[in-house]
Amino acid sequence: MVNSMGLDNRKMVFWAFIGSECLLFGSLISTYLIYKGKSLVGPYPHEILNIPFTSFSTFDLLMSSLAMVLALAAIQRGDMRQGKLWLFVTALLGLIFLGGQVYEFSSFVHEGLGLTTNLFGSTFFVLTGTHGAHVTVGVIWLLTHWVQALRGKLGPAQAITVEITGLYWHFVDVVWIVIFTLVYLIQ
Amino acid sequence: MVPLFTAAAVVTGCGGPFPQSTLAPRSDFSAAVNTLFTGIFWWAVVVFVIVEGLLLFVIIRYRRREGAGEPRPLHGHTALEIGWTLAPALILVFIAVPTMRTIFATAGHAPAGALRVEVVGHQWWWEYRYPDLGIVTANELHLPVGTPVQLELTTADVIHSFWVPRLGGKRDLTPGRVTRIAFTADSAGEFSGQCAEFCGASHANMRLRVFVQPDSAFRAWVAGQRAQPAAPAPGSLAERGREDFARGACIACHTIAGLPQARGIVGPNLTHVGSRTTIAGALFPNTTEYLRRWIDDAPSLKPGALMPAIVLPDDELSALVAYLQSLR
Amino acid sequence: MKSWLTTTDHKRIGMLYFWTALVFFLIGGLEALVIRAQLARPEGIGVSAEIYNQMFTMHGTTMVFLALMPLSAAFFNYIVPLQIGARDVAFPRLNAFSYWVFLLGGLFLNASFVAGPLFGAAHLSVAPDAGWFGYANLTSRQFSPGPNIDFWVLGLLILGIASLAAGFNFIVTILNMRAPGMKLMRLPVFSWMTLVTQFIVITAFPVITVALVLLMFDRFFGTHFFVPAGGGDPILWQHLFWLFGHPEVYILILPAMGIISEVLPTFSRKPLFGYTVVVYSGVLIGFMGWGVWSHHMFAVGLGPIADSVFSATTMLIAVPTGVKIFNWIGTMWGGQLRFTTAMLFAVGFIAMFIIGGLSGVSHASPPADLQQTDTYYVVAHIHYVLFGGTMLGLFAGMYYWWPKMTGRRLSETLGKWHFWLTFVGMNLSFFPMHFSGLLGMPRRIYTYGAELGVTRLNEISTAGAFLLGVAVLVFLVNLWRTRTRGEPAGNDPWQGATLEWATTSPPPVYNFTVLPRVESRLPLWATEHHGAMAPLPATPPAPIHVPGGSWWPLVTALGLPLIAVAALSHQLWLALAGVAVVIAGIYRWAYEPFEA
Repeated sequence: MVNSMGLDNRKMVFWAFIGSECLLFGSLISTYLIYKGKSLVGPYPHEILNIPFTSFSTFDLLMSSLAMVLALAAIQRGDMRQGKLWLFVTALLGLIFLGGQVYEFSSFVHEGLGLTTNLFGSTFFVLTGTHGAHVTVGVIWLLTHWVQALRGKLGPAQAITVEITGLYWHFVDVVWIVIFTLVYLIQ
Repeated sequence: MVPLFTAAAVVTGCGGPFPQSTLAPRSDFSAAVNTLFTGIFWWAVVVFVIVEGLLLFVIIRYRRREGAGEPRPLHGHTALEIGWTLAPALILVFIAVPTMRTIFATAGHAPAGALRVEVVGHQWWWEYRYPDLGIVTANELHLPVGTPVQLELTTADVIHSFWVPRLGGKRDLTPGRVTRIAFTADSAGEFSGQCAEFCGASHANMRLRVFVQPDSAFRAWVAGQRAQPAAPAPGSLAERGREDFARGACIACHTIAGLPQARGIVGPNLTHVGSRTTIAGALFPNTTEYLRRWIDDAPSLKPGALMPAIVLPDDELSALVAYLQSLR
Repeated sequence: MKSWLTTTDHKRIGMLYFWTALVFFLIGGLEALVIRAQLARPEGIGVSAEIYNQMFTMHGTTMVFLALMPLSAAFFNYIVPLQIGARDVAFPRLNAFSYWVFLLGGLFLNASFVAGPLFGAAHLSVAPDAGWFGYANLTSRQFSPGPNIDFWVLGLLILGIASLAAGFNFIVTILNMRAPGMKLMRLPVFSWMTLVTQFIVITAFPVITVALVLLMFDRFFGTHFFVPAGGGDPILWQHLFWLFGHPEVYILILPAMGIISEVLPTFSRKPLFGYTVVVYSGVLIGFMGWGVWSHHMFAVGLGPIADSVFSATTMLIAVPTGVKIFNWIGTMWGGQLRFTTAMLFAVGFIAMFIIGGLSGVSHASPPADLQQTDTYYVVAHIHYVLFGGTMLGLFAGMYYWWPKMTGRRLSETLGKWHFWLTFVGMNLSFFPMHFSGLLGMPRRIYTYGAELGVTRLNEISTAGAFLLGVAVLVFLVNLWRTRTRGEPAGNDPWQGATLEWATTSPPPVYNFTVLPRVESRLPLWATEHHGAMAPLPATPPAPIHVPGGSWWPLVTALGLPLIAVAALSHQLWLALAGVAVVIAGIYRWAYEPFEA
């Protein structure tokens, strides 16, 4: 296969995709920031955001990135037992994050902040919802690899596809760090 | 510009006058813009002549000739390339400097003491309020000549754009914000304009008139607008129209000072509608025939109009029209 | 038939794009003729306001997204792999997917013309009607209650996916699949401009995607992103739209600039003058295009400082754009010019684009622009750059590359008629619009006052438009006759310099019998530095693997309009079915044995 720049086509396309996704999340984050403080009615962020809880979610996602790194390293060296374990842990930590999001969203709704309540609700839910959808896709992707590994169809030869999943997963994590900082920490 | 333009107009077979021309300014705002545009236009002509001239020269001079050998390859020429990069950049500087000056000069802030008019855009008509004079009217704006004017623009529904080309550039009316135009009209006259931001079905029909008047005429107009219109003579057709109006659907949308029941704000203020030269968003002349047709079936004349068709027996319609015409 | 549905061959996909885009171009053209027929006289021809508003909306949307972009894509697909010396694109199935999504998106959008009864509408047509840039808050549910804008939002979201997928594909293809020796600075300018265009696509389309999603949430779920009553600001829509919209115009013009950068040297028998500058200015335009968006918003009242900044950045971008014109003239200078139809269109591009560029400079000055924006003056500007520029460039590409794509030349006689009718027609149609705009005729109006004095100008514009229609008919006749009566072209009918001319016309499915080794920018020409490339062998030395077709791109693509229809009809199960189709399609695609 001709390869003018020495990088696998699939990795290169994925980096291009991540570049594009930066603009996607950038636009959503910008919309959030532009409408910050402009809600006509409450609830307002300081009344409803739970920093301790969300800090735990953030930590969970960070740990999942660590698990992803371990999963990839294991698969690259052919240790499929560790590979399967860490793939599963990554997905599990992702699911825990998602569970936390579901809990957080439903408690907000319960406290009177819905999608259409005010600009904070709209921008918050669309931004974090889009992020959550991305995490969901990532979890499905990870579990697909995990199932393939269980069937013995995943090995060092397919490491590059896991590497790309890792790239996606780390990106989604970084986006969360940005969201956490701009939405939760800096009010 | 004007001579060139007139020549073009003659050539295309259309004579003047051009009531919405951007090239026949009648205010300091439109004059400043026209001066700027004229400068840009002539620079554009210079560049046009040079580039098209070069192109013509090249395609004629270098046509393939029989027996000619392969041309000498020319990959570049640094000095030339620097030159033809700097030259346009320099021309742009000559355009940028007057541009920046004009931007700040026409930024929409009138001096203190200017006549303030609040313009509220509606689908598809214009509301004018003179807060310092206590006047509310619609579609026809009266201004004094030679006096600084500050228009404060907003909208009741969607984005519109206020544009009277002979008096200045356009400015959008955006919900949730107030934008500004400032100018001083330098000659009396009647100027037409229209909405210049697509605003729905009858965007094309959202027109306006501006009457720039000598000071005395303007003050007379103001006095007339502030006064309530005379009540119609007892027993007249217009009085009957007044009673019909007060009892009818009209009061849901229209206000007439002096008719307590009429306090609707959906449609234009009709207190002095009889004194206007046009109706329906400056779309039709203010005549008996058009008033009748408008009341009878506004949406058929102006697609999407919020005013419903009001079908009335002939004599009731005549009475209503007589009443409206009496509101001077 | 099945082979066309499952094809992953870039050449076939290129032809699919071409024919589909041509049909949409004709539809967009008919919409233009309705507009022009209506505007010839103040009283019009009886087109209602509602229909007229749909006509100009669909004309703009169709021409930008369904004609100009896909016609360019036809050439990206067919020509770029050949120019870089590759056998196909990096991801052939993704390529097919892009095409099918484009087709389905275009069909979905146009289905609105006949979908009225499904929504209990008063008319047959519920086509989008708020302009191709759909300003909020006119597009809110309150002011646009029907399904018209829903079709627009959903249709554009689908089309965006097609463009993004193609963008990713071509970036990797051009960066990673060049033949040995094809350094980036030896890349043909068309391939370079394609590369820059794709970078703009993948960065600009996410922004409009977000804008459309926010509008969709407002319309379907009751949020207030652009609804003032809920605190939303319609100006945010304008910012998001134009952040996409301005880079979009570079997406529209750069490929055409690339095309003429190939055509001019070939028919001047001289290399492009200042290749490096032309390439770098294209890249520079790609970056600078991000800094000018609010020049579409000078009438909004952003304030003198914002206006000044955007005025300055806009004037700045005129420099790299304008400099290319001198490079093209420099290419012809001292050459041996052969005026084939392709060359005529390329020269026409230069002549017309400069006019559009100059009116663009007047737009860059906010006070002047306040008299020009939203009038026929800007309509003139748009059409000089997009028709006089992009479309003439695309026609040049068609006459230039048709022989390569089909093995037959288009008729030069009909071609010349096509060119002259087009040249006269477009100037007759669009030049008077500078005047009608300056005389106070706004845009997007279905009627105008006779007292404006622009009636005669409008009559002339209408005559020009119909002349353009005749020109297009001549072109269609040319295409049709060439199928059977076109002169066989051979490998290299024009003595071109770039790799696509090294192989047969049309190329074999594997493009090149042997992947060429490239030593220069002009491989097929002998220059003072190197000789011409040796001809490729007539048959491949060993069997060349060619990937088979696949159903999964088409299947996956079908999920998208399903989701869109589900949104329109408020059927959750249908949406889930659409999502399931997409997921299943992707899964089968991913695990299908496919060797590119």
